[in-house]
Amino acid sequence: MTAAIVATGVSRTYDLDGVSVPALRGVSLTIEPGDYLAIVGTSGSGKSTLMHLLGGLDRPTGGTLLIGGRDVSGLTPGEMAKLRNETIGFVFQSFHLLARTTARDNVALPLVYRGIGRRERRARATEMLGRVGLSHRVDHRPNQMSGGEQQRVAIARALVTGPSVLLADEPTGNLDSATGQSVLALLESLNAEGVAVVLVTHDREVAARAEHQIVMRDGLIVSEADA
Amino acid sequence: MRVAEAWRVALDALRANRLRSVLTMLGVVIGVAAVVALVGIGTGTKGQIEQQVEGLGSNLLLVVPGRLEAGSAPAASTMTLDDVEAVARVVGDRDRVAATIASGETVRAGSRSAFASMQGVLDNTPTVFVRRLDRGSYLTRTDVTTGRRVAVLGAGTATTLFGDRDPIGRQITIGGVRFRVIGTFERLGQSLGVDRDSEVHVPVTAAQRLLGTERIDGLAIRAPDRERINQLSTAVVDTLTERHPDSDFSAVTQEQILGVLGDILGVLTGVLAAIAGISLLVGGVGVSNIMLVSVRERTREIGLRKAVGARPRDIGVQFLLEAVLLTTIGGVLGMALGVTAALLVDALSPVPAAITWWSLALAFGVSAIVGIIFGVVPAQRAGRLDPVVALRTE
Repeated sequence: MTAAIVATGVSRTYDLDGVSVPALRGVSLTIEPGDYLAIVGTSGSGKSTLMHLLGGLDRPTGGTLLIGGRDVSGLTPGEMAKLRNETIGFVFQSFHLLARTTARDNVALPLVYRGIGRRERRARATEMLGRVGLSHRVDHRPNQMSGGEQQRVAIARALVTGPSVLLADEPTGNLDSATGQSVLALLESLNAEGVAVVLVTHDREVAARAEHQIVMRDGLIVSEADA
Repeated sequence: MRVAEAWRVALDALRANRLRSVLTMLGVVIGVAAVVALVGIGTGTKGQIEQQVEGLGSNLLLVVPGRLEAGSAPAASTMTLDDVEAVARVVGDRDRVAATIASGETVRAGSRSAFASMQGVLDNTPTVFVRRLDRGSYLTRTDVTTGRRVAVLGAGTATTLFGDRDPIGRQITIGGVRFRVIGTFERLGQSLGVDRDSEVHVPVTAAQRLLGTERIDGLAIRAPDRERINQLSTAVVDTLTERHPDSDFSAVTQEQILGVLGDILGVLTGVLAAIAGISLLVGGVGVSNIMLVSVRERTREIGLRKAVGARPRDIGVQFLLEAVLLTTIGGVLGMALGVTAALLVDALSPVPAAITWWSLALAFGVSAIVGIIFGVVPAQRAGRLDPVVALRTE
């Protein structure tokens, strides 16, 4: 099986008012299907930059990055969008659900950009909500749901396109610890079904649950450890 | 993204900010309504005037002193009743040549008075100009030759002076001289705000005596056939020029009058539409403004959509459709308002208004184009947002 994401000597430098600020200084990393990886680091360590690169939201300024076997350096913003849609599922700390939209339509959103018809979108979204245990919340809006439920909706949205990698940026950051545990358990059960899960967190306890850990500092990987 | 889906999303976004959407639309509504109503009034006025001129008949030839050119001053007439005889010989039928001397006079009957256009005319005026009497009879040839002091009243003047009473046989004074009413005209109505019913026809000879002059202001000829009207026009002008070598004369046909009036009213309608168009433009700027605000407000949403696979084009189309939806809904409402306004003006005021399909189609098309033009910049801005930055926005 080919690796889902391969980063080789990847760097990312921001140009802030003429001053170049290196956020990532040569990172190599491979994510295989079924991996369960945690990227740990303090704020400013470069872990968010790395996550944006791995998710195809941004492009490296140095090194090569293959997502789903494709080199992202030559892709247009439109092609990048397609790649994200097909390969990556995002879970954010603040859920990022559309406020006026029902759980089902939030989950169906990635399928809109895949050009799938409304009926099929709804069917697949409903099924996915069932998988995250929210069959009873299909027609609820985000403000009618708890934080844990909202994050489950976000996870269902990330999964609905059948991605090979699920990128979760502080997925438990806005949740109490019991709810956080159940969200992690959900991610782990999905991982067990074969989806690669990448957790980006500053919480060592959360990171400890992953099979592999990468610790970042000052734009570099400073240690790698297997659980 | 499918287009139907994009429409749904755009409509949803407008619904979410209902008040703001309505206020933004208002600019377009007012602009389109103004265009539709003003063009309607312009078209209606033009139509009414053309109808009136056409009512004169296509074989009518008007002869006036001076040159009919842009910028030339009206000339004092040198024509007399002898010229009318000479022109009648050219035409070959004196019943086809009408003569007029006109003057604004105060007409009195008892304690009532009215300001009216006094027309000194020949007995053939109703045949040449096709005028119908409401009551009584018109001037006779004897009335004209003897300068008898008899008068035929326009409907407006008759009403002002006599109300519901029958004016026939009653005395009036024109410029202090007594006349006897022998007939009244059918009502004509107004054109361009001028009341065409405020007139008094008297024998041309009586009018000349009253005004202390021998002159005639103009001639009107009903040509026997249309084909020879230009030939006749030249012959009449030549005859008059021969008799008055120092004066210019012009003869115009209904077609020429229509052409000139049409040009003037066309320009007028265009100017009205342009003024109204400016308000539509201002409305468009409002749409652009609100769309920029909307893009900024929904930066996080744009970031999320991009993260899950929206291409720059998908986002751009979504915002463009939103702008177009704003202006086209505004356009439809504006058309309804404009048509209502035009119909009200037509019904409640003497100003006529006519709604034409082309003006509605134009207004709708323009409002959609305004949406596209003023939506493009915000849409491009939304489409180009960096997803990383957009997602980070609070």
